[in-house]
Amino acid sequence: MPKIIYRQADGREDAVEVPLGWSLMEAAIQNDIAGIVAECGGGCACATCHVYVGQGSKVELPEIGDMEGDMLECTSAERRDSSRLSCQLRMTAELDGLVVDIPETQT
Amino acid sequence: MNPYVVIGAGQAGMQVCDSLRKSGYDGELILLGEEDSLPYQRPPLSKKFLTGDLDRDRLLFRPAAYFDKIAVDVRLRTQVESIDRAARQIVLGDGSTLAYTKLALTTGTRVRPLNCPGHELDNIYYVRTLTDSEMLLQRLASTERVAVIGGGFIGLEVAAVARELEKQATVIEAQERLMARAVSPVVSDFYAKLHRSRGVDVRCSSAVESIVESKQGLLVNLADGARIESDIVVAGIGVLPNSELAENCGLACNSGIVVDEYAQTSDPHIVAAGDCTMHFNGFLQREIRLESVQNAVDQAKVAAATLCGQPQAYRQVPWFWSDQYDVKLQMAGIGMPFDQYAVRGDLASQAFSVFYFRDNTFVGADSINRPAEHMACRKLLTQGTTLSVAQAQDIDFDLKQLAKAG
Repeated sequence: MPKIIYRQADGREDAVEVPLGWSLMEAAIQNDIAGIVAECGGGCACATCHVYVGQGSKVELPEIGDMEGDMLECTSAERRDSSRLSCQLRMTAELDGLVVDIPETQT
Repeated sequence: MNPYVVIGAGQAGMQVCDSLRKSGYDGELILLGEEDSLPYQRPPLSKKFLTGDLDRDRLLFRPAAYFDKIAVDVRLRTQVESIDRAARQIVLGDGSTLAYTKLALTTGTRVRPLNCPGHELDNIYYVRTLTDSEMLLQRLASTERVAVIGGGFIGLEVAAVARELEKQATVIEAQERLMARAVSPVVSDFYAKLHRSRGVDVRCSSAVESIVESKQGLLVNLADGARIESDIVVAGIGVLPNSELAENCGLACNSGIVVDEYAQTSDPHIVAAGDCTMHFNGFLQREIRLESVQNAVDQAKVAAATLCGQPQAYRQVPWFWSDQYDVKLQMAGIGMPFDQYAVRGDLASQAFSVFYFRDNTFVGADSINRPAEHMACRKLLTQGTTLSVAQAQDIDFDLKQLAKAG
């Protein structure tokens, strides 16, 4: 199964096998990755599953939807070019090995 | 020392356990749940779960391993008979007793049942528990026509799913408009139009007289003489707080378990949190019962803090959301009742917010497909920032900037 590497702000990493089609938020929650809160459970309603992805990676991520873009304006940690909501990113085979950086704060 | 016991394994119960551990409580901790599942998310039960696209495992907040890791003894399929406050113990359904040092009640709500003639017939469904939704999901596969009784969030979300699954759908609402308790007439009208445009037969001011069986399925008889033919009925007519355990042991109750700003009940050893509480809300400065994820999470954190002797008052701004079709409704604050309102954006574009004012004070907003405005409103309400009607309806006025400025 393809893996995602969740990296904490302090550099600690967890490699997690993620079933295809799952969101990167769900996989984090089900594997008890610290720092992904996901208050709304994936409804794109709370901006507490904010992550930084794709820096230094050639992987093409799906474009940021209108709703996600709006919610990214409201994250607790600073928004960067690499900011995404992990509830909106679905696992694909191409994402295998992707590093997902978790911000220091979500709320 | 006897354990801390949490009664009710929903979102609030789960959060109490999580927060107790994060606050440093390292004693024995027991979470009791009536259902046969680990704590799971309820919001998808009336939305995505009914489309069949979401396995039940994906509804769980956390896997079983998590509860082992934080040393929570989760006991499912466990009924609580009574609480003996004098002896500080609870009596379980099998007659055994469990002594506690501190107790948290996170018992939630149950659905308000229909009481019209015919309410006991087969093919009448409710949406509250995972089991409820699994039964409905299964039945939907062989269903052509769905009659929804109740035009609130749950009923409308179910109607939206039914249309997405290409079923016929009728919504029967007793009040004159949809979601009347939660939103303003502007928003109600928008949703009535939305549902009608997607093919739902929306009937407001329609009381249900009776439900009878017919050769073709069920007939819902309305007070105005109309008869709705359907294969199944889904009822979403509100919920009742599970406060009997608390009432029977003499805790103060009033349409819910009464707690103060610290989630404290009338017994110093017992806290309560979530849908089941009638609580003093520091933000609203009045007593209220809130049925929401936000309240379950935030009040549970307050309850855990109280149990740990680090009290912090509950002052969070309430927020809610509802997904119907591709339209997201997000509510900040409590807009009802209001004496002035302002619309920002264009209703026809299905992206707008409605701001509510009471005595010239901004008290809440409903945002339709406007998440950034919703988040800005939560911030403004939290900070108590002054917002005028003119600013609210001026699309060029920068709400986010105002929220940032504080």
